Amino acid sequence: MEQIQTLNGVPLKKQIARALFKQKMRALLLIAPLLIFILITFVIPITDMLLRSIDNSIVSETLPQTTASLETWDPKAAQLPDEATYLALYNDLKLAIEQKNHTKLGTRLNYESSGMSSLFRKVGKDVSKMQASVSYKEQFLAADKAWGDLKTWNLLKLYSPEYTTGYFLAALDMKKTPDGIEMLPESDRIYLNLFARTIFMSIVITALCLLLGYPIAWLLANLPMRTSNLLMILVLLPFWTSLLVRTSAWKVLLQQQGVINDILVWLGVITNAGRLELINNQLGTLIAMTHILLPFMILPLYSVMRTIPPSYMRAAKSLGATDWTAFWRVYFPQTIAGIGAGAILTFILAIGYYITPELVGGTQGTFISNRIAYHISSSLNWGMAAALGTILLTLVLVLYWVYDRIVGIDKVKLG
Amino acid sequence: MNLPIYASTGQKVWYYSFRVICGLIFFFLIAPILIIIPLSFNATDFFTFTPEMLRLQPEGYSLKHYQDFFTNNDWQNAMRNSLKIAPVATLIAVVLGTVAAIGLSQSHVPFRRAIMATLISPMIVPLIISATGMYFFYARLGNYMVDSLGMNANIVEYIKIVLAHAALGIPFVIITVTATLVGFDRSLTRAAASMGAGPVRTFFKVQMPLIIPGVISGALFAFITSFDEVVVVMFVGSAKNKTLPWQMFTGLREQISPTILAVATILVVLSVMLLVTLELLRRRSERLRGMSPG
Repeated sequence: MEQIQTLNGVPLKKQIARALFKQKMRALLLIAPLLIFILITFVIPITDMLLRSIDNSIVSETLPQTTASLETWDPKAAQLPDEATYLALYNDLKLAIEQKNHTKLGTRLNYESSGMSSLFRKVGKDVSKMQASVSYKEQFLAADKAWGDLKTWNLLKLYSPEYTTGYFLAALDMKKTPDGIEMLPESDRIYLNLFARTIFMSIVITALCLLLGYPIAWLLANLPMRTSNLLMILVLLPFWTSLLVRTSAWKVLLQQQGVINDILVWLGVITNAGRLELINNQLGTLIAMTHILLPFMILPLYSVMRTIPPSYMRAAKSLGATDWTAFWRVYFPQTIAGIGAGAILTFILAIGYYITPELVGGTQGTFISNRIAYHISSSLNWGMAAALGTILLTLVLVLYWVYDRIVGIDKVKLG
Repeated sequence: MNLPIYASTGQKVWYYSFRVICGLIFFFLIAPILIIIPLSFNATDFFTFTPEMLRLQPEGYSLKHYQDFFTNNDWQNAMRNSLKIAPVATLIAVVLGTVAAIGLSQSHVPFRRAIMATLISPMIVPLIISATGMYFFYARLGNYMVDSLGMNANIVEYIKIVLAHAALGIPFVIITVTATLVGFDRSLTRAAASMGAGPVRTFFKVQMPLIIPGVISGALFAFITSFDEVVVVMFVGSAKNKTLPWQMFTGLREQISPTILAVATILVVLSVMLLVTLELLRRRSERLRGMSPG
């Protein structure tokens, strides 16, 4: 078969492919600056955080000789390491103390076992007094009996590798021991409860938003355009109002001396002495977050409901369905897509919220994000913050993927 | 939607009670925002209506919280910082975002889905996680810029926040501009090209005027994202760069002062203005689309 050729003698197929390639390159060229920008300012920082959650180089960097020497030591034999290991420890510590790194290492190991921080702070003074003429092993044992404790050496060996799952285990209330991974005792478990609470409260918030948002979306979708546009303002104004404004409004309203309690006292529902505690607990978080996230539920529901022709309901009714049957069997199934979109969006936003729980949640109404912030700014346990963040991120990304499947990320509408 | 004349009593009861329920939900949505407006004119330092205010006596009201906002150095600094950061972050987001959105809306884009997902991700990733990641990375970036490039530490602080906020605003620009480009008639650019206009001229004379509503609403989103953002700025910035929301956050957490209500009222007025602008833009966009032949 003869090939179709363009005027300048090139086969048409080739010419089209060339044109297509040029077009693709032009598109990529337009996207490239932004993509690079996002990679540098956003994606790399996030990846950096992910790596930090498993990074454990501080142990082997501060005690290089010791960790090397411990490689051949068998914790199962239940014997203390040999003299050579103690010599290595002495050499490592001497260098570390000069560079003032030993306390940092102590802080790091203290996350795994309490008492390590003070042990390493103390060793700074002990090492300077040690002499080469006597066995280092004996000198260390004399300085602090923790150096003669198998637990200390087990810990050092467990955390010698450059990468660790330690932070992740701790984030799931588990602990590494020489015999494998164990759950922490019931009384020390905090994170699993916190994750459970975050997820549970996000579900409750999503359900409340759905309960309140569904009627509103229905009303807006079925009223005449002019009225519904007007009522839409009542949804969009909160949506556009600063998050902190809305949170401060709730903080002011829900206080014990606030407007809501005042009204209730005035109405005689409660006595002046029995003012309700509406804030600094879970209730406060639930109320404020439902209010803040409600527009995110209403808008996707509304955009789906707009497309449902009212004649379907009328047809169902003319065929003898009661109002309820017509709604439940005909209308409701068509809104499932909107419910899915709204619910996932609300849930994703709720689960990662920080500001509102921090301000109105007290101690019982806070989320996992508040714990992450605490580890970054107060306890300075950055590895832990990174591990908790990674778990939360994974959760959100799975939901994001589901959202993309159901709705399509490029179909997100704003306002 | 209207109640038919043959409606039964039960249907009538449901019809009206449904309206009442909806009314209550609307009240729940809007009341907390509206109630802070009169409270901000409180003459006392309380967060509730005083008897004088309820009796509508002029002594019950005053502008002293507003006066405090406009004279207090902390608040004024915060305001200035916010106004310094948000416009620059918006500008970066809009320029890069619009160009990329035009690229994304071409008919053949390799890895379109993956690129889109990456560009939208700052909107999806919880702020606290973005803040954590940026905290570590930007600290090192900042140190590098100060130590190796010899830049001024204050400027570096500022650049860090602007970059972070621009990244957070970009998804909104991408979404709004691609949405406008969906309705864009491609033959218009071809017509311009056939009449001898270069790509740059075509862009500014033909494409830009048509997609400008999307660009502006994207810009407004990016602006409000930066102006309203507190988590990332607290982690990336230092106390010198305290923005308005940050100042509000500290105020709310430590000792809550009534000045916050005055600030809140000002911000509500700002969002009303934004809302009106957006509505006007939407109408203009619809009108333009109605005229274009596509």
